[in-house]
Amino acid sequence: MARAAGAARPVSDVVPDGEGRTGDGAASRRVVEAVWRIESSRIVGALARYTNDFALAEDVASEALAEALVAWPRDGVPRDPTAWLLATGRRRAIDAFRRRSGRDERYAALARDLGEGGVVTGGPGSAPGPADDLLWDPDRIDDDRLALLFVACHPVLSKEARVALTLRVVGGLSSEEIARAFLVPVPTVQARITRAKKTLAAARVPFEVPAAEDRAERLGSVLNVLYLIFSEGSTATAGDDWMRPDLAYEAVRLARVLTRLAPEPETFGLLALLELTAARFPARTSPDGEPVLLERQDRRRWDRSAIRRGRDALAQAVAVGRGLGPYGLQAAIAEQHDVARSVPETDWERIVVLYEALGRVAPSPVVELNRAVAVSMAAGPAAGLDLVDDLVAREVLSGSYLLPSVRGELLARLGRNDEARGELELAARLCGNARERGVLEAKAAAL
Amino acid sequence: MAKYMLIMRSTDEGQAAYEEMDFAKVIEDMGRYNESMMNAGVLAAGEGLSDASEGAVVDFSSDTPVVTDGPYGETKELFNGFWIVDVASKEEAIEWAKRAPLSGAGTKLEVRRVNGPEDFPQDNEWMQKEEGWREQQAQRAQ
Repeated sequence: MARAAGAARPVSDVVPDGEGRTGDGAASRRVVEAVWRIESSRIVGALARYTNDFALAEDVASEALAEALVAWPRDGVPRDPTAWLLATGRRRAIDAFRRRSGRDERYAALARDLGEGGVVTGGPGSAPGPADDLLWDPDRIDDDRLALLFVACHPVLSKEARVALTLRVVGGLSSEEIARAFLVPVPTVQARITRAKKTLAAARVPFEVPAAEDRAERLGSVLNVLYLIFSEGSTATAGDDWMRPDLAYEAVRLARVLTRLAPEPETFGLLALLELTAARFPARTSPDGEPVLLERQDRRRWDRSAIRRGRDALAQAVAVGRGLGPYGLQAAIAEQHDVARSVPETDWERIVVLYEALGRVAPSPVVELNRAVAVSMAAGPAAGLDLVDDLVAREVLSGSYLLPSVRGELLARLGRNDEARGELELAARLCGNARERGVLEAKAAAL
Repeated sequence: MAKYMLIMRSTDEGQAAYEEMDFAKVIEDMGRYNESMMNAGVLAAGEGLSDASEGAVVDFSSDTPVVTDGPYGETKELFNGFWIVDVASKEEAIEWAKRAPLSGAGTKLEVRRVNGPEDFPQDNEWMQKEEGWREQQAQRAQ
């Protein structure tokens, strides 16, 4: 099969770049990336629906992207970049079906079906024909994108695989970008994606939006993946950087997308939580990159429009009238911080109530620890310490730096400095993030 | 992530052609375009402006400002509205601009990055006052 992509393309299909010439490598690579960011989910979604094979769709879409990265810098950016990528991806799918058709009649039939409408006659760079319009069924695009999210976040996959696959096919990030964001080598990301596709194929996961009875659980998995992406960006668990905001903002964008596709209360709750948390990013880091704790943050630097968007999303979750879920409740807590003028002026009683509600719908030691902190702010450090000591007695959260860090803080507020120093030093030893460790060490040293 | 403003501009020729168009079709196309940006999670804001003849121009060329009704006589292009998109790169903003349902001679979209706090010295007294004002506005909107 000839791979002379674009060589025979009419000149009219080529748009010169800003400098009036074609072939500026770096500039057209950025265009490829921009188009991919916008269209990857629609392209992979449409190809997955047509081939009914998610793994194949991801493969051929990646091949189309790789071809664009070669062809566009050389020949210029096509007039309709999306149609180019889609036509190329579909052509690769037909090639794949033909290769397999010797072995399997089902593929031969698919290759014939896909080949109808004259698609196979043009090169990958040929103008979109009527068959391309068929691929873009406007009534199906949203279903395809939603199905894509559900498949990428399928429970048969490991959490790492779900995160990588979601960022790749729905977020349109390259393997290089994902590797950079998670501080892992590029081949690791590629292997995770390859393995994930094999797992999906082996489990015969259909490319579809789950049926009503499974939907709540499956949506929970999608929400969890977006939350994990955001968490990794907002408090990096490893490395020297305190946060990786671009990763967190990508999660915000995906959560906005999800509110359009699956407007459930918890989807709005998650979006609200992410917006209201991201709103504080501008004040969370000092100019030299050190973390700034909530009580020291310059609240004038908080992003007011993000707070407004977060509160709007929370209001939509509340408006459904079924009570808030775990994400909605966490958003309501974040909202209390975001609207307060300072730590002492925060409505801590309200936050205690919200943590109690959160503890009922999603019990966890971390929630109990946070409730203890809120109680210490509302009723004094001694009341908070009682709750923390109860957690210590139950031997939960052992090995986590969070427990000694909060305990040390409360002991310091009670003037028990020697005990406090010991707890903070223990917390610093257990903490994986270098920046955060520095803050704990500084606190211990200051006592 | 950065914010970019897509600014609708048109010459008299572009404006005249726009007025010839089927209004219902324009609304539908714009609605579809806005929805596609909402679905992609990138639309932060957007407004269209009423006819320039209903507005006024304040000109600072001389010592005291001179006010003229309607579009300024020597204007080559009119500013008709804008979108603000939240995107990863200038190229992504341009890709969205290229998808706008606009056409015809004299019709343009200008793509400009919106300044953030990082573009200004934060120790400046007036910058701090502005942040305070933004805070009050947000609280008033609650």
